[in-house]
Amino acid sequence: MSERTIELEILRYNPDTDEAPWKQTFTVPCQEEWVVLDAINYVKDHLDSSLSYRWSCHMAVCGSCGMMINGEPMLSCKAFIRDYGRKIRVEPLSHFPIERDLVVVLDDVMEKLPRVKPYIIRDEEKPVEEGEYKQTPTELYEFKQYSMCINCLLCYAACPQYGLNEEFIGPAVLALAHRYNKDSRDEGRDQREEITAAHEGVWECSFVGACSEVCPKAVDPAAAIQQMKIASTMDWYLDRLPAGLGTRIKTTLMPRRTAK
Amino acid sequence: MSRNPYVRTVSPTTWYMRNGRYIRYILREVSSLFIGLYMAGLAMSLMRLAQGPKAWDAYVDGLSSPVALVFHALAFVFATYHAMSWFNVTPKAMRIRRGDDYVPGPLIVRAHYILWGVVSLVILVFVGVL
Repeated sequence: MSERTIELEILRYNPDTDEAPWKQTFTVPCQEEWVVLDAINYVKDHLDSSLSYRWSCHMAVCGSCGMMINGEPMLSCKAFIRDYGRKIRVEPLSHFPIERDLVVVLDDVMEKLPRVKPYIIRDEEKPVEEGEYKQTPTELYEFKQYSMCINCLLCYAACPQYGLNEEFIGPAVLALAHRYNKDSRDEGRDQREEITAAHEGVWECSFVGACSEVCPKAVDPAAAIQQMKIASTMDWYLDRLPAGLGTRIKTTLMPRRTAK
Repeated sequence: MSRNPYVRTVSPTTWYMRNGRYIRYILREVSSLFIGLYMAGLAMSLMRLAQGPKAWDAYVDGLSSPVALVFHALAFVFATYHAMSWFNVTPKAMRIRRGDDYVPGPLIVRAHYILWGVVSLVILVFVGVL
């Protein structure tokens, strides 16, 4: 098994002692099949046990180990050392406050997440004895892609709009709202639109598209947001049609929209 | 141990210099300026046309000035970039159902380029260039 030595530059920050983050470089002997997370683990185990970072599964499922690698938001468990040069720069995810070293504060997104009501909303629940809500494979296909999000928040680190205005609800949360809007069992789109169709919702997005480019699970938040913009525009016009025509169109063509 | 999170600020004026992805985006946005200016020029040409042959001839003469030529060359490059960048992202907003699946994105993009080519050809034939 071949081995190579890399210079791993890590942005450090200790909230108790540091005024500002600073860079520290470690020399790390790496195996050919190592990912950046392995190199960071090596630093923690052999060079500096005070290094703080989040990780869990090491297989791009838990979404914990997101960080900026050479300026790009990546899962460090999915970034192979062999794809980089001798020097690799590692920083905490952009656009989030740094808690300590590579650990960022995620409170803002955690506060936004429940605001879009990311769960199935029914006008009336049917009795249990009537059985489950069935879905065809086609109905599942409508939203499945948007349900694959692992909340790694690489999309927030990539989104310049979120970096400039933290009021923006942001890519992952809006994609999750879209996931429930597209679910055939759900009737809660009107409720979610209070948040998603607001200025800080989909309209803050200027379609840079970076969120989808960095998404490690091919969720495509940019697509979700653009589709929500179209739906929200349609609703705006329907709501302004005279004599309740818009409501009639909604209830006949979009029967799932009725939940209050 | 106390919490003392460090907030990194994003420059509101130079943020787009951070990577190539943002530069491509800002170029797409800047391209709108050239398209807007070109449209203003087009509106002015109609105004000159309405003012009579003398005003129209002066306007046409003005179009062959170096400044006008450079502007139109730039506007053409930016309009092409603008159109291409939007064509390439169209599949994200346009989901067309075909049976149980959706029409593949690359097909939607190709359709836009083909339509663009056809419309351009029709216009070139119409104005007598071809």
